[in-house]
Amino acid sequence: MSKMVPYPSDSIIPERDLDKTPVLEARHLGIDFGGLTAVDDFNLIVGRTEIAGLIGPNGAGKTTVFNLLTKVYQPTRGTILLNGKETSRMNTVQVNKAGIARTFQNIRLFSNLSVEDNVKIGLHNAMRQSMVTGVLRLPGYFKSERVAHERALELLSIFDMQDLANHQAGSLPYGAQRRLEIVRALATNPSLLLLDEPAAGMNPSETAELMENIRKIRDTFQIAVMLIEHDMNLVMGICEGIAVLNYGRIIAKGTPQEIQSNPQVIEAYLGKQKDKEAGQ
Amino acid sequence: MNLLSNLINGISLGSVYAIIALGYTMVYGIAKMLNFAHGDVIMVGAYICFCAMSYLNLPPVAGVLMAMVVCTLLGIVIERLAYKPLRQATSLAVLITAIGVSYFLQNIALLIWKSDPKVFTSVVEGWGGLTLFGGELRITAVTLVTVLANIVIMVCLTLFTSKTKKGKAMRAVSEDKGAAQLMGINVNSTISLTFAIGSGLAAIAGVLLCSAYPTLMPTTGSMPGIKAFTAAVLGGIGSIPGAMLGGILLGVIEIFGKAYISTQLSDAIVFAVLIIVLLIKPTGLLGKKISEKV
Repeated sequence: MSKMVPYPSDSIIPERDLDKTPVLEARHLGIDFGGLTAVDDFNLIVGRTEIAGLIGPNGAGKTTVFNLLTKVYQPTRGTILLNGKETSRMNTVQVNKAGIARTFQNIRLFSNLSVEDNVKIGLHNAMRQSMVTGVLRLPGYFKSERVAHERALELLSIFDMQDLANHQAGSLPYGAQRRLEIVRALATNPSLLLLDEPAAGMNPSETAELMENIRKIRDTFQIAVMLIEHDMNLVMGICEGIAVLNYGRIIAKGTPQEIQSNPQVIEAYLGKQKDKEAGQ
Repeated sequence: MNLLSNLINGISLGSVYAIIALGYTMVYGIAKMLNFAHGDVIMVGAYICFCAMSYLNLPPVAGVLMAMVVCTLLGIVIERLAYKPLRQATSLAVLITAIGVSYFLQNIALLIWKSDPKVFTSVVEGWGGLTLFGGELRITAVTLVTVLANIVIMVCLTLFTSKTKKGKAMRAVSEDKGAAQLMGINVNSTISLTFAIGSGLAAIAGVLLCSAYPTLMPTTGSMPGIKAFTAAVLGGIGSIPGAMLGGILLGVIEIFGKAYISTQLSDAIVFAVLIIVLLIKPTGLLGKKISEKV
């Protein structure tokens, strides 16, 4: 059987990914908190090496979508396919092992650990090490530790942070902490990297650098990146496909050009045309 | 010379408190709960060692190992049955459950071993210890072994938490459970491991405690348990070096209080010191200030 997947007409996969199993497929995903429907009928397909954007006004449910995908919340409805595999029976740890890694809107590093240890925590799954060899400091320990050390420095070098390896994570400047979070997520060897407002609090030149780095990460690791972001320059600049969320529902999907000219999106962000006219 | 001898005794008693306090502090650090049943795990450990040596005629080393194995399993079982279902519950519910587990263990011990005190045979009997300064200073074997055990445990634990994968996972979970999970760390097994280590250490503490103070009853663990909890709070709960420091300080204060002030008042002095330290430094001696999340 060919790997060709029948895509819905409104999917926004880049052409190069069309013949590969999509990294993520969410179907009719939804969650209720008590009587409140936070996300409903969320359908999205993300291509294998796509950079996708999830935008929407504050409170639209963007972070909730990330929490559903990573199983921090169990979806009330719908299915999530990760690399073609159903994730409904997985918990957060298993979803991470299956290939989703993420960063957080408000930085959640292990701030008392060193920069290198933060990355090593991410490498955790790949490391085979028993407690006994570690405490007794047997040769096996040093070998696995050396491999982890080299890998950690290699990952840190993506952001030119290898010199900071021994610093305490909490003592880094804000921008560096954001970058370290991305490195830590990458260390878990994901096929889909979720970035929750990666440019928050960054100045324009830092944001430009971040854009370059996100592209570099995608190209080097051949992974998909999905990001939530309010900085439209970044979103329009690097995302190949964008989904717009409002009141927990996707109101538009498309390329950056399509989104920018979509009347529904403009309405969600700026209010109704009528109001705008009234204001003029 | 009397002063030195008291100091050594204090450090020895403090070492026992420190080993117990490690269990409290590690569990608190990772599960954010006070495991008040911890003191009773000590008692179970001492009984197991006592049975192994007295009834099965096993050598002391085997007795200690058996106590450690049983207590490690006991710790895991307690966590699985009593605390894990309450992971999402309020901390008050968990606290009351812990007190319940504590009474449960005491009463089970009462059923099995009855209320009459057992005379615990020291695990290092047969070795007289050290006599220094021409007989003026005598250090018993138990004292030496206790202090030595404490040092070994401290070094191993420090290596474990700072150098190994599981140890780092433990620190990561204690900082941010959610983020740790998203990095692929199994929080449940990490918490189990913490309980296992803490309870295994409790077994050692129980054996050492009863070797020094050889009366063994179902309630033997409760007072040392509370004092070790005090030690953990004194040192800064959640901090491993803090538990060490707090334990040793507490032991020294207790022995000095007994020797120079009043035997009856020694416990009161211990707790008074705790209150004073907490008034001046509410996070304990080595505790970190927790910044409020906005």
